Amino acid sequence: MAFLRAIFRHPSGRIGAAIVLAYLALAGLGALGLTPHDPLVQHRLDRLHPPSATYWLGTDLFGRDITSRLMQGIGQSFRVAFLSVAVAAGIGTVLGLAAAWFGRIWDGALMRAMDILLAFPAILLAMLIVAVMGPGTQTSVLAIAFVYMPIFTRVVRGPALSLKTRNFVDAARSFGSSTVYILTRHLLLNIVAPLTVQVTLALAWALLTEAGLSFLGLGTQPPAPSLGVMLSDSRNLMETAPWLMIAPGLTIMGGILGFNLLGDALRDILDPKTRGRA
Amino acid sequence: MNTLTRRLAAFPLVLLGVSSLVFMAIRLVPGDAITAMLGTEAGLLTPAQKQALAAYFGLDRPWIVQYGRWLWALLHGDLGISVTYGKPVLGVILARFPLTLELAVLSLLIALAIGVPAGVYAATRAEKGADLAVRVGAMIGQSTPSFVFGLLLIYLLSAGFGVLPAMGTFAPLWVDPLANLGQMILPALTLGAAFAASLTRIARSAMLDVLSEDYVRTARARGVPARQVIWRHALPNALIPVVTLSGIEFGYLLGGAVIVEQIYALPGLGRMVLDAILQRDYALVQGTVLFIAFNFMLVNLLVDLAYYGLDPRIRGRG
Repeated sequence: MAFLRAIFRHPSGRIGAAIVLAYLALAGLGALGLTPHDPLVQHRLDRLHPPSATYWLGTDLFGRDITSRLMQGIGQSFRVAFLSVAVAAGIGTVLGLAAAWFGRIWDGALMRAMDILLAFPAILLAMLIVAVMGPGTQTSVLAIAFVYMPIFTRVVRGPALSLKTRNFVDAARSFGSSTVYILTRHLLLNIVAPLTVQVTLALAWALLTEAGLSFLGLGTQPPAPSLGVMLSDSRNLMETAPWLMIAPGLTIMGGILGFNLLGDALRDILDPKTRGRA
Repeated sequence: MNTLTRRLAAFPLVLLGVSSLVFMAIRLVPGDAITAMLGTEAGLLTPAQKQALAAYFGLDRPWIVQYGRWLWALLHGDLGISVTYGKPVLGVILARFPLTLELAVLSLLIALAIGVPAGVYAATRAEKGADLAVRVGAMIGQSTPSFVFGLLLIYLLSAGFGVLPAMGTFAPLWVDPLANLGQMILPALTLGAAFAASLTRIARSAMLDVLSEDYVRTARARGVPARQVIWRHALPNALIPVVTLSGIEFGYLLGGAVIVEQIYALPGLGRMVLDAILQRDYALVQGTVLFIAFNFMLVNLLVDLAYYGLDPRIRGRG
């Protein structure tokens, strides 16, 4: 509770949390089908209808309601982002702990493998994975997770290495705690703070990458509503129907901004050294 | 062994890892290269003809043999033949690279020109209105994807001023410098804006750290003018994180900006890789990805070297 109060007391935390909660609410309504219109129904007489009382943000080339599509698009983006970050953080944490705990050749081999993955520009690696597995939602999740995993491994390994040499770990070992217990109770629990910050920033980045992949036609496939695809489709109609571009564009931006603000606030709260700096 | 020697020794190993990863990945792509190369005409070939083509490109051998051959040729500066262009891969890459390099340099210049002064300005007015404005601007800039900013930019220019960015035939810098800059300025601005936002944030926080140090206070107490304290005494010591971030971002940009090239229809490295992946042009993908990873790692190495020049304190540590 104190933690939540700290977030709401922090100026960017307050705004970031409000944005993220608003997006979650919109996505939730979208998932329950509580959208103003059916996002897939084509209102043929109202094609390219500008924003109005009936269609709050207008309609697209096929007469589909933009507001409804945005709500489901947010849901789609968030699903991909949350799933991919969960996979990346999960595997990355296990690998980071393993590298720190087993040390020596394991540490060397794992970290060199991560160096190889980090030598690729992120979007290029994601593209390569999508090419191998074919475009789609599951592939996006895996690609984003794979690209972000090395960063989690590094974030976990560093502190784990220094915690490993602390007295309380030696003490736990000497009275016979199991390795798994030490790893989760003594190491992992002490790394939760940097991990939380990283997860939040990773979510911002995952939203960006999902939208980017979809924009290139490698992510979510039509006719499923997707912010990246909507933005990409809007390009040819930019002058006649600018709302097609502005609405999904600002929606993507807002979501990323929300997580970035939240991540900044969390860093300030969890690491007092950097307070007011970044 | 000091850090630098270790980094140098790891360089070829990581490159080898990158090359084998790419080699395997591209061969896992469904479908075969010959069919992808010929498109619909592949159906007209007899199995024997396909076999002959595969043999010509060495695609009928086991993976390990193909990889060995490729690596051997690579050591002799030969990246193979692109099946889509019918030309040596290295030539295809080098033909596209000047545009990518120019775009990366322009973006870097724009980012440095905006980011460093904005960050320094905000740090010297910490917690005041101007600082807040810079921070909000940087936060928004950092959260705006290049494709959103790029499209908004095109829209605002066309709706507000009736100007459309010149797209279509691309004019290289050495053929028509003015036309070239006209085509490059918007993409460079698009990439430079987000880059500037993160530079601003890092410059601001580094300056805040330095400004709170004793020697800065001493300089002020001695009566050194404020301007000189900031630019001459404090800034050089705040540059390390700025250089690191510039290096990483510049390294990424040298890999081509797929999405921005797509939006502005520029024939750079990024779009070429995307096409090559979609066309299953094995040799071209392998060569380009290796080239990109090499550049990226090289820039990072140079950044490490730059530390030595910037901060004499690091030299002793090794």
